[in-house]
Amino acid sequence: MSLWRQLTRGVHILAHRQVADQDVIDEVDHYLEQATAGLMASGLPREDAQRSARLELGSPAVVRDQVRSSGWENAVRTSFFDLRFAARQLRNHPGFTIVGILTLALGIGASTAIFSAVNPILFKPLPYPHPGRILMIWGTFQGARAEVAFGTYRELAERARSFDAMAIFEPWQPAKTGGTQPERLEGQSVSAGFFRVLGVSPALGRDFLASEDAFNGPKVVILSDKLWRRLFHGDPATLGKTVRLDDDNYTVIGVMARNFEDVLTPSAEIWTPAQYDLRQITSNFNSWVWGNHLHMVGRLKPGVSRLQGVQELAQIAGTPWPQFPRARSASLKHGLIVDSLQDDIAHTIKPALLAVLGAVILVLAIAWVNVVNLVLERGSQRRGEFAVRGALGASKQRIMRQLITENLLLASLGGAAGVAVAIAGLRALVALSPAGLPRREAMVVDPVAFFFSLAITAIVGIAAGLVPAIHITRDDLQSGLQQNSRSSAGGHAWTRRVLVVIEVAFALILLVSAGLLMRSMQRLLAVDPGFNPSHLLTMQVQSFGHQFDDLASAPGVGSSRRRRFFEQALDAVRRVPGVQQAAFTSLLPLSDDPPVVGLYGAQFEDEDPQTGHNVFRYAVSPNYCQTLSIHLLSGRCLDEQDTAGAPQAALISESLAKSHFGSQNPLGKRLHVGPRDRPWYAVVGIVGDVKQTSLAINQPDAVYLSTEQTWFADDTLSFVIRTHDNAAALAPVVKSAIWSVDRSQPIVRVITMDRMMAVSEAERRFVLILFEAFGIVALMLAAIGIYGVVSGNVAERTREIGVRAALGASRGDILALIIRDGMRLTAFGIAIGLCGAIAAAQGITTLLFGTSPLDLIAWTGVVLMLVSVSAIACWAPAWRAAQVDPSITLRAE
Amino acid sequence: MDEPNTDVIQGTLDMLILKTLSLEPMHGFGIARRVEQVSRGVFKVNPGSLLTALQRLERAGWLDSEWRQTENSRRAKFYALTRAGKKQLEVETADWARRASAIARLLKVEG
Repeated sequence: MSLWRQLTRGVHILAHRQVADQDVIDEVDHYLEQATAGLMASGLPREDAQRSARLELGSPAVVRDQVRSSGWENAVRTSFFDLRFAARQLRNHPGFTIVGILTLALGIGASTAIFSAVNPILFKPLPYPHPGRILMIWGTFQGARAEVAFGTYRELAERARSFDAMAIFEPWQPAKTGGTQPERLEGQSVSAGFFRVLGVSPALGRDFLASEDAFNGPKVVILSDKLWRRLFHGDPATLGKTVRLDDDNYTVIGVMARNFEDVLTPSAEIWTPAQYDLRQITSNFNSWVWGNHLHMVGRLKPGVSRLQGVQELAQIAGTPWPQFPRARSASLKHGLIVDSLQDDIAHTIKPALLAVLGAVILVLAIAWVNVVNLVLERGSQRRGEFAVRGALGASKQRIMRQLITENLLLASLGGAAGVAVAIAGLRALVALSPAGLPRREAMVVDPVAFFFSLAITAIVGIAAGLVPAIHITRDDLQSGLQQNSRSSAGGHAWTRRVLVVIEVAFALILLVSAGLLMRSMQRLLAVDPGFNPSHLLTMQVQSFGHQFDDLASAPGVGSSRRRRFFEQALDAVRRVPGVQQAAFTSLLPLSDDPPVVGLYGAQFEDEDPQTGHNVFRYAVSPNYCQTLSIHLLSGRCLDEQDTAGAPQAALISESLAKSHFGSQNPLGKRLHVGPRDRPWYAVVGIVGDVKQTSLAINQPDAVYLSTEQTWFADDTLSFVIRTHDNAAALAPVVKSAIWSVDRSQPIVRVITMDRMMAVSEAERRFVLILFEAFGIVALMLAAIGIYGVVSGNVAERTREIGVRAALGASRGDILALIIRDGMRLTAFGIAIGLCGAIAAAQGITTLLFGTSPLDLIAWTGVVLMLVSVSAIACWAPAWRAAQVDPSITLRAE
Repeated sequence: MDEPNTDVIQGTLDMLILKTLSLEPMHGFGIARRVEQVSRGVFKVNPGSLLTALQRLERAGWLDSEWRQTENSRRAKFYALTRAGKKQLEVETADWARRASAIARLLKVEG
């Protein structure tokens, strides 16, 4: 009941504030009157009675406040007043407010955005049941992860006891016709247990059956929710309908849930059973089932630890059983690499993400330092104000409360701006992110990260805001009153100088890291790809359909049709006006063609059969080397003479020639590429090395064969077209030229080589952009900090400067005096920052390319930049100081 | 008033107010004067504390208040004890008696 009364009374008073106020005033006045009357009754004259009554009561205003402050409603009212006052304070000091809000917004926003992006990749559990049980299983090639063969999968799946399910998957890009233009879908060809390993099942329809994953099994597909909506407009009656892919009818048996995310292949939107031919595992080691081109995942049984799973797989790899023969290329003698799915999808990008996370923590720290700095500065400017308010009867608690309100208001405004920065930042981040960045779908602004950085920043700001209030004592109030407002710089100058030094140091660390990354990028872009990338249009052209099948009744007919289609298409392209040269290749340098697809074993005639070279196999048209301007070092290029019937000819790359032949002449020597049961290829020419996977990766062993002379006809080739003018502009004409040969063939990945080179370095560029952005923010904040401290210093020393000027110091002297002071802070900051930067540079070594962590140009450049920016920041207050008129200053004191 | 007077003992102000109002409804100054008179000037009530305490007791439901005309036709706020206030007074009186006698016994032992 009492609580209810408290509540209703409080609300009543809040609602009728004036009446309530008047009541208190009346009551206090009445008390005073009665006291006076009482004293007069005891014989005192009226005036004396009034005086002593008042003395007894104390200040009526204070009593009134005391009475009023008893209820809870008063706290609400005071907070409201505090808030209003705080808002006025912030409005009246726009410089402080804007810098404060910006600093908070950048610090909170940037860290929230980065954490929101990194969190799903590194920390958040994957969106599957018991995600920790899902393991990726790789073969080992030269110590690194390598794809596995179907035969290996079968053996592991049969022998391993630690797993509930194992599955393999590989890209499947079926052509779909029937729309306005033929298109290619992004899909995955998987073994039947694929979704069981992930622990999910279709939202509509059913999962694949084991019987469907058999050689020549039924053609069935499961669609992603998105593709289902696109192709069937989300119609639930889709199940059992067919969709025509690659010249075949596929029955839709299931649709995944809308929130299903295939973290293994984020782009996948359609899945079909792989349907490998099990008989070939034992019968033919040269067959497709022994090609190392599959990804493999497994789900551990409940209660089985990851270590047990890993150990069992290692044990199986080390002890072949006779009933599971292994091809030479899949001997598993180097063991398997097994990693949790979460770590696996992040493993290439993890160093970059951790570096970015480290950088954003530095930015957040700089923001804290800057906020503390700002608040301290404000506090020392306001000592006079606090003194006055204290003298007027405000208690220490009351002043502290006011300060907390002000800082909370600032923090809220900064936080609100921070949300905007976080949302915009994350959007930009996702837009800028390299294609290989996993879990992009899951990147949403993380409220925990936001409130965490907001809370920390607010606490730091409020704590700093209270520092001046804590020191308020009676004496302080008096001395505060005696000082006039102008010379009242507080005793926190020293703290603030230390803070600025810290800011400069942090900024240096970020800038050096950004500088090193920038140098790496420069070095990288200066790398010679081995061909001329300018004015080069590229596109991938597919050939699908049963017309290209090699039937047992007519061997080789399909393949030669396929070859003829590509040759006719190439002829058509060559006739397009504006095309200078055109060619095609099975493997396009610097493209996203998976390297594993182009890697084959090569063996020279004079080589031990157990050894060999891993080479990129390029099946190319005549004129390919000329079109790309790949250097011919000796011999001849492949040309129109190298037809199916002609002697088998091959070009080898310079590195391959050197590594095998040394100073010998390789021309005329013979080798096998791929299967060894075919005629030898003779080396007819040696060409320069080409960067295949990336400018940063040196993997130069390569063999070029004529498409007419390879052992199989690639179904997808990349056309390369050298143009006279703008390459991109020619794309539509070239496409229609190809379609004039066969309307139904999809043409995808239409992109100029310049653009492709940029994309191939997207991850590096992404990290660089982030570091540059953070470096610039840090530099700005540090400059603001230096400016603030030096300005405060000038204000504090106005009198001294006046005296100096009066005693004959020139403007130049005063300018130098102030600038020297600011630069001393910068120098300290740089000295400390250099130590931190050495550590940071070591930390990002893996992200550097061709650049030493101690790269002289980056380091001196950054130091020079920091020195000149801080010189500019010092210049403005110093200039103001030099304008001080001694007569005015001295008189004012 | 030459006799030294002291502020009301900490924590007893509520009880004194309740006791004073148990006799008749009164306004703030009346309560202060009555406390001083009855204690023969030993206790002196701080006006701020008194008025604040009145508010608090009213909130607690132990007092009712009413604005009335005084004899010299001024508006004054009169406080009266409620039923709950009476009970509270009994509780506090008993409590105080217990404590006072305990202190008295302790002092006697000392003596």
